[in-house]
Formats: sequence, structure tokens, C-alpha cells
Amino acid sequence: MRTLSVGRQSLLAAASRMCHEERPMIAQSQTSAQPAHATSHPPALEIHDMTVAYHRKPVLWDIDLTIPEGNLVGVVGPNGAGKTTLIKAVLGLVPLASGKVEIYGRPYEDQRKIIGYVPQRESVDWDFPVTVRDVVLMGTYGRLGWFRRPGHGEREVANRCLTQVGMRDFANRQIRQLSGGQQQRVFLARALAQDARVYFMDEPFSGVDAATEAAILELLQELRSARRTVFVVHHDLQTVRGYFDYVILLNMRLVASGPTETTFTPANLHKTYGGRLTILDEAAEAVRQRQPIR
Amino acid sequence: MTAPSITMNVMLGTALLGATAGTIGTFAVLRRRALVGDMLSHAALPGVCIAFLIMQDRNFVGLSLGALATGLVGILVIAILTRWTRTKEDAAIGIVLSTWFGAGMVLLSVAQRQTTGYPAGLKSYLLGEAAGIGRGDVQLIALVALICLAIVSVLYKEFKLLSFDVDFATAQGWPTLVLDLVMMGTLAVVTIVGLPICGVILMAALIILPGASARFWTNRLGRLLVIAAIAGAAAGVIGTFLGSPLPKQLLGIELFDNTKYPPGPLIVLTAATFFLFSMLFAPQRGVLATAAAELQLRQRIAREHLLRALYEISEPYLPERPAVAEAQVLAQRSWRRWWVDWWLSRLRKRGLIERVNGDVRLTPAGLGAAAEVTRTHRLWEMFLVESAGIAADHVDRDADAVEHMLPKPLIRELEERLAAAGRLPMVPQSVPQSPHDL
Amino acid sequence: MFIIIAQLDWLEPFASPVAQRIILVGALTNIACALVGCYLVLRRMSLMGDAIAHAVLPGLVLAFIFSGSLNIAPLFLGAAAVGLLTTFLTQTLHQYGRVPTDASMGVVFTSLFALGVVLLKTYVSKIHFDVDCVFEGLLYQAGFDTFEFAGYELPRQLRTVVPVVIINLAVIFVLWKELKVSAFDPALATSMGISATLMHYLLMMLVAVTTVASFEVVGSILVIAMLIVPPATAQLLTNRLAPMIAVACVFAILSAILGYWLASEQVWNVDPSGAMVVAAGGMYALAVLFAPQYGILSTLIRNLQTALRILREDLLLMLYRLEEIDATKRMRPEEAVAAVGGGSLARWALAMLRHRGRIEIRDGRLHMTDDGRWRAARLVRGHRLWETYLVKNLGLQPDHVHAPADRVEHFIHQPLREELQKELEDTHRDPHGRDIPDLNS
Repeated sequence: MRTLSVGRQSLLAAASRMCHEERPMIAQSQTSAQPAHATSHPPALEIHDMTVAYHRKPVLWDIDLTIPEGNLVGVVGPNGAGKTTLIKAVLGLVPLASGKVEIYGRPYEDQRKIIGYVPQRESVDWDFPVTVRDVVLMGTYGRLGWFRRPGHGEREVANRCLTQVGMRDFANRQIRQLSGGQQQRVFLARALAQDARVYFMDEPFSGVDAATEAAILELLQELRSARRTVFVVHHDLQTVRGYFDYVILLNMRLVASGPTETTFTPANLHKTYGGRLTILDEAAEAVRQRQPIR
Repeated sequence: MTAPSITMNVMLGTALLGATAGTIGTFAVLRRRALVGDMLSHAALPGVCIAFLIMQDRNFVGLSLGALATGLVGILVIAILTRWTRTKEDAAIGIVLSTWFGAGMVLLSVAQRQTTGYPAGLKSYLLGEAAGIGRGDVQLIALVALICLAIVSVLYKEFKLLSFDVDFATAQGWPTLVLDLVMMGTLAVVTIVGLPICGVILMAALIILPGASARFWTNRLGRLLVIAAIAGAAAGVIGTFLGSPLPKQLLGIELFDNTKYPPGPLIVLTAATFFLFSMLFAPQRGVLATAAAELQLRQRIAREHLLRALYEISEPYLPERPAVAEAQVLAQRSWRRWWVDWWLSRLRKRGLIERVNGDVRLTPAGLGAAAEVTRTHRLWEMFLVESAGIAADHVDRDADAVEHMLPKPLIRELEERLAAAGRLPMVPQSVPQSPHDL
Repeated sequence: MFIIIAQLDWLEPFASPVAQRIILVGALTNIACALVGCYLVLRRMSLMGDAIAHAVLPGLVLAFIFSGSLNIAPLFLGAAAVGLLTTFLTQTLHQYGRVPTDASMGVVFTSLFALGVVLLKTYVSKIHFDVDCVFEGLLYQAGFDTFEFAGYELPRQLRTVVPVVIINLAVIFVLWKELKVSAFDPALATSMGISATLMHYLLMMLVAVTTVASFEVVGSILVIAMLIVPPATAQLLTNRLAPMIAVACVFAILSAILGYWLASEQVWNVDPSGAMVVAAGGMYALAVLFAPQYGILSTLIRNLQTALRILREDLLLMLYRLEEIDATKRMRPEEAVAAVGGGSLARWALAMLRHRGRIEIRDGRLHMTDDGRWRAARLVRGHRLWETYLVKNLGLQPDHVHAPADRVEHFIHQPLREELQKELEDTHRDPHGRDIPDLNS
């Protein structure tokens, strides 16, 4: 419940900023999103009826999503809404209780080579004995395959990616000596080295300085102009409109998804962050306990 | 076979064992699984006894297979207990470790009552025994060690990725579960092969110590593995040497009576010595180096604080350099008297201050240094307070040289604003004005 | 009394005074370990017990060397010192050497143990115990090495074990709430003015003292096992600290008795301490399987019950909906079973429904009784309220809500149903336009 009230506060802040253009609410606008694209290309990401559970507690219920290619997609929702879980489920890091995921019309397992991933910064041990370049080179491992070591070509790729994120001078540093923003840039460079068509980034903007935030944003826009699709888990409501063309509003279930213009509305935000969530929580808890409380 | 050649034989075995245990153990340490070796070696004991009771023979391969079997069952049970019951991982490890070992002791008593074979030899599994292993056994240990080393070197890239970021590895399509099993399997095989030499408890040390020692010396995984392997091999050779008849034959001194000392504890003590040495004296991560760096930093901060205090007290009277009473300095911050006394005397030795009738006064050189320190501090202060939003993350706020960190135009702008507020420290006569500023 | 018992064949091992002395010493040692072990297990530091039990060896040997015998005072002082040293070194390596905690523990205890073995081997002629004793102790000596006290012949080893039990009990009694809080939440303890660090070191000192006192008696293996296994067993059976400690002590005593029996000549004829460990492990295994609340078996039974309940409810719901669509139509039992997924579980669920009088079979067709119909209506009501809620208040499209409601319907209990009703005010139709049954009619 505490997260809910926090969510409400940030909602108020965001809503007051954008209420000058109140729009009619469109709950499920993904159905109307760019049908032209959908026919010519398979969509970058398609999710059918996905449910994910941790320890028998459902964290995502019945997600249906279609995201066309070439968008910067913000994944937005309150704490515990399942944003990270959504990405992890798409990447096969947590098992699906039901449903299926397709990337460019084919199952995820076949498409691993065109997927890039930026995990949360806290997920690794930053005292691990590797240099910045070593970490970026890991992005090329997928293409290298078994047993082959990264060679001159891969090193070039890594250097180029490091230059792209402004970290070329740090290539030989041990990763422990980096600040939070620098660590994030290294992870981005690693994802760039994967040379993917679809990227999934988990909170790349969290805990970074303004300069890094600007640099990351620039990078995202470059990726978009190269017709890459980028999914970004994001928690700052105020910047959503400025950063993303497309949003997924999530709170244990899909509240809305679609172009930011039409979807990121106060009404939808209210449904994502406000509303009466207690009943949903209670039901989830009852299912977890596998026992009705009579 | 003569005594030296037996010793050389054992040395070869322990060297290869130490190198392999060090290499694979490094991964275990990095992945926070250092105690898996401990668990495995304890859980191996009942397997050894069961294998002996079945075979009625001390066949090394058979005993090792038995050990591997119960060790792996132990790991499985731990996984089940943590997944399915309320017992936490640490307790599950402790339970399996102690019950399996207790069962092993019971089986050992049973085995000892059997008259056939050489059940006494089974005891070597407790603390290890060099004499108990034959030439063929050593060759087998060497072979297994080489295979494990080969696995690590072939899968180096994969193991590196797995150890650093499992999620990323999975997302990239690596079969992380299989890789993990290969890594832990290698660890299990090395641990169990080493049991007859090092014994149940000390084999865990051979897994942990080389990697943990090597970590002090390098920040690169490749070098780390090489150093750990060398440290493990060296510990094996030196430990075996100390416990063998060789010192007496070669040097004429008897360090440890080889009839009494199993090689295991001596190998481990050698490795522990390496660890102690590394922890204390390694250049960057070593405790002494860290402490020295910390001390240096504190000293610099203390010196700068004192200089700044002196400058700020003198500031209203500039360009005159007033005599400052120590009480004034003491009032500036919560400093202790002896501490200020000590620092003032140090500054005086460097010619930065002079004594005037019991008070102190900045010398011209001291004023220059104090002004510089104060200017740097104020520039940073202003920059961080007013421009934190655009503060590049690269900024090292400890660095005294603003000039290296901030772009020139920004410094000039900050200086102008300080000057406008009358807070820009100037050094009137002592420092010649820069020609550019004229 | 004893004469009668002794005539029972299987009780024969317990008949001799030697046996009773061994069991007495074993049980008291086990209790001493279990008392402090509870805190180790709760604080998830069980392996610290393992580490200290190994690490005290050099301290023990040094105490032997200097005092020449087992005097209590130097022994306990040495133990406390080694306990503190192990804890301190582990923490220091972690903090200043940046060695991960598990590795630093491994480094410290293996090194100290190796040192202990070398010391032991060096002075082996001066001390009357060998490496075997390190693992198994000298428990069998308890039967013969005795002193007289108040007319009873008691094992000499009691003189080291009893003080430790008293110390442990006293510390736990005096510092009950302090230990409890710092085991539960060190940060909270610190904020309340209880030094969690002090409690940590105190606990480790107790572990060390207990370990050393027990070491010579029962050996390192039994010490580690008794520190961890009875508390872990008790944890599976209890929910609060005081009962947990009590139950752990009961299991400690049972391990001693059962272990001695297993070790006796009639059964395995082995050293008692190893057998006591096996006994403790066996009882833990039983608890894992059969503990009423946390056991694997009871979890499985609960899951089975839930599965059966869901199947029963699914069957009722199906019949209710069928009736709604066509009041004349009735299903055959095989059809109904197949429709909910088939299998023996579904048949069992159907049989239970009949047995409970929710369903009758007439002319080979299934008919709901009034009671069954009322229960089905209650379920349908929950389902349709939930669907309505999803559509009205969360903005889902009507064609998306059936599946979630299907999952949740079995878990919508009365209060939640009322809350939903209140939320939805006077809604009597679900998003698909069907009636939401009213239970009062």
C-alpha cells in the first residue's frame, strides 16, 4: 500500500504537468496502432496471453501486446507492477505460466542473436576482476559461439561501442573504479556490441547523473533512427512524454499500450497508479496461499 | 622405489592438484560458492566407505566414484531442502555436511571391523596421507587434474560470462544450467580426487585459498587464474617437500617428521601463508596498501583543512599576514589541541607557517598554498551547489586540481562569480601574476 | 522399574550404568549445542558453527599443551579467545581484504584447523588424544571415567559439560529479548540501543565455549551436527522462538538416546557420536517429510486438497452454467469428468460431490441437489462479480476477463465478494450480459 501512495504522488506531479491537453481515454489503444506496419512486417514484439508467477504468486496476468518495429518503448508502472518481470519473461529468464512470446514473428529462442539486453546495474558484482573492455566484449560472445575467443575484430567492435557511449578512455579500467553512470554506460556499450534489432533495457536511467542521462537518451534516439526497437523500463513519469514514442502501462496486468500521445493520458495513469488495487493484491495473495480465507 | 622418487611423485601429484583446485576454486570464490568444496569433501566420506564395503578393496578409482556419488546426492539434497522446506541454505549445507560425515564415521567403523583389504588406509581420507597413495594413483590424479584444467581453458570465455552475469548469459542463449553443472562438476571431481592427499577438511582450503590469495594481486580474470594456479601448485610442492624426508636428505635438517605429518595440513599452511602475505602486502588491494592510501588521504584532508582555516582567519586582514592565535584555529573546527599542535609543527617544518610570539602566521609561501587550497575548495563548492544537475559523473571530487576536471571557460566563469562575491582568494605579492591575466 | 524394562530385548543396550552415563553426557552436550544453535540457524549463520567447531582445534591443543590436562578454566578462556579470533578474522578479511564472506570463513577455519593438526601431531606424545578424537571424541570414556558426587557415580566429563549448559541457559535467560531482537533484525536492535555487534560476538563466544567443551567429549562432527540439526528440526515444527528452543532440546536428547541405541553392540556396534549424528539427521528427515505445517507431505496433501476442491467447484460451475443455458439438459458423469480434464482426480472429485450430497445421479445423468445449486450460484456470483470488476474498474475489455476470473473464482471468499459487491453497487449483470445470481433468493 505504501508504494501505491508514492505512486499517487508522482502521478499527481506528472498529471499536473500534462493536463493542459486532456484527451479522451483510450484504454486498449494497441489495437489501433499502425495497422499499415503490422501488415508489411511482423511486429517487433508480440505477446499473447502471458501470465508469469513467482513462487505461485502471479505477478503478471494475461498480458497481450503488439509492438511495431522502430519505436522507443517505455515500460511504465508503479513499484512491483512487474516491469522487470515482463522483460525477464520475454527474454526467457523467468518461466511463463502460460502464453507465448514472439519476436519478429518467431519464438524468442530462434531470435536470440537479434536481441540485446541491459540488466539492472545492481544485478552483478562490480568487484569482479574484469576490465571495461572485457565486459563490452561479452556482448560479442553470442555471435562468437562456443569455444572461440574474441579476436581483433571483436576488440574493434568493443572499442567502437565504448566510443559511442563516451567511455573509450576507460577501456582498461577495472569495473570497480567506475561510478554509477559509468557502469550504466558500460552495460549499454555491451548491449550495442550485441548489434541487435530489439533491445531490452532494465532501468538504464536509474541512479545516473544528468550528463549520462542525456547521453543515453541520445543513444536511444540513434538506435531508433536505425529502425531498432528499444524497450526501456522507466520509473520517471515526468520524462516519459519526452523520451518515448510508445508506452506500455503496466500494473500486474496491461493497463494500456500504444503511442505515447494517445496512451499516456491522465486517465490511464490513474488506472495504472491509482484505482483500487487492494482487491487485486488480495486476490493474488489468496491464489498464492492456495486457500480461500473463509 | 627410493624415498626421493616417491616424494617427487607425490609432489607432481600435489602440484597438479593444487594448480587445478586453485583454478576452478577461483571461479567458486568469485561466484560466492567457496564452501561448496567443504560440503562436497565432507559428503564424500560415506561414499568412500560404501565403495570400500562393496569392493572390499582400496581401489582409488572405485573409492573416488563412491565419493562423487554421495557428494552429488548431498548437493541434490541441499537443493531440495532449500527449495521445498523452511530450512535455509546455510542450515541445509550444515545439515548435509554433518550428517553425511557422521554417517561416514559410522561406516568407517564398520569398514574397520572387516578384516579383508586394508581398511586402515581409509583413514587417510580424513586428514590425507602421502604414503597412502601409489604411483598409479598419482598418475591418475595428474590425469584428472589435466583434464579439468583443459576444460577450464577451453570454456574460459563461457565461464567468465557465467560468473559475471548469469542473466545476460541466459538472454544471449547460453545454456547456463549446463555450464553451471560442468563448472560445479569439475569442482567436485577435483575435490574428490584430492581427498586422499589433503583429507576431507583441508581439501576445501585448497579450493579457496589460492583464488582468494591471487585476487589481491590482479584485477584481470586471466591473470587471476594463472596466479591462483601457480599459488596452488607452489603450495602443493612446498607443503609436500616440508612433510617429506627430502629436507633432511638435502639440507640436513628435519623440519617436520615425515612419519607423523600428513601433507594436507602442511600444504594448507603453506597456502595460508601465501594468503596472509598477499592480504598484507599486495600493492593495491592489500590491507597495508589500503591503509596507507587511507592514511595519506586523511593527511591531505587534514593539511588542507588546516591551511584553509588559517587562510579564512587571515582573509579579512589581507594583504597583511596577521598572527593567528592557536585558540582561533581551534575554534574553527572541532579539532583536538594535540592534533593541531602536531600539524602546525609539520607545516612549520615545511616553511608554510612561522611562529610569532606563540602565535602562528602564514609565510608568503604558506599564503600561496593556503589561497590555492581555498580557491579550489570554493570553486568546487560553487560548482557542486549550483551546477550539480550537469555535473559529469567523471568528476573526481577528491581531486585537488579543479583545472584538470572542469573545462577552462567554466572555471573562469566560476571565478568571476566568486570574485563578484568577494570570495575569490588572491595572493597579493608572493605569487607573480600570470601574464595572461593582464 | 528398570528391571522390567531391561527384560525387554531391544531395551537391553540401555540397561547398564555405563550406557546411562554415556547417554547422560551425550544428551547434555547435545543440549548445550542446540541452545546456541537455535540462534545460529535463525540468524542464517549455521556455517559459522561449522567454522568455529573446526577453528577451535589449535586453541584446544594449546590449552592441552600448557595445562597438561583438561582444566576447565584455561580451556574456556582459550575457547572464548579462539571464537572471538575466528569471528574477528572472518569479519576483517571481508571488510578490509574485500574477500567475500563465505570465502573468508573458509580461509580462516581451514587455516586454523590445519594449524591445529600440525600442533597436534607435533605434541602428540604429550597429549592423550589423537586425530580420531578430533572427529569422534571420547564419548565412550564417559562410561568408565567417573567421579563420585552425592553418592552417585557420575562421568568425569560432566564437569566440563554441565557448566556450559548452565552458562548457555543463563545467557539466554538473562539476555532473552536482546538476543531475540538482534537475531531478528540487527538494525532495529542497534536503533534500540542494543549493540548487535556485541550480541554477535557474545553468541560466537558461546558457540566457541560450547564447541570446546563438547569437542573432547563428542568430537567435532557431533558438535557441528548438534549446533545445526536439532534447531533446524525444531524450526520445521514450531513458529516461535521459545518453543523452538524447547523442541530443539528435546530432539537433542532424543538424538543421544537413539544414537546410543544405534551404536550399541546389538545394532551397529560403532562409536556412539557418529551414530548420534545419524540419529539426529534421521529425525530431521522425518520432520522434513511429516512436519504438520511445513513438511513436504503435508504440503503435498494441501496441494491435493486444493486441486480436488477446484475440480469439485469446476464440476458444479459447469453443471450450473449448463442449466442456465438449457434447463432440461443433463450431463452424463463420464462427459462431466472429461470436461474438467479427466483422470482419476476428476473422478474422485465427482465421487466426493455425490458423497456430500451436492449431486445425484438419476437415469445415468447428473442432477444438482438444491444444496449443490446454491453453492454453484455462490461460485458463479464470485466469478461474474470479478469479471465485472475487471471491466468496470480496471478497464479491461470484456473478451479478456474470462480467463483471469476463471483462475480467481476459486479463491473469492465471502468478505471479498461483499467488497466487490459494494464496489460495484447494484450490478446484476456481468460484462457478457449474464445474470449475477443473488444468493438470498
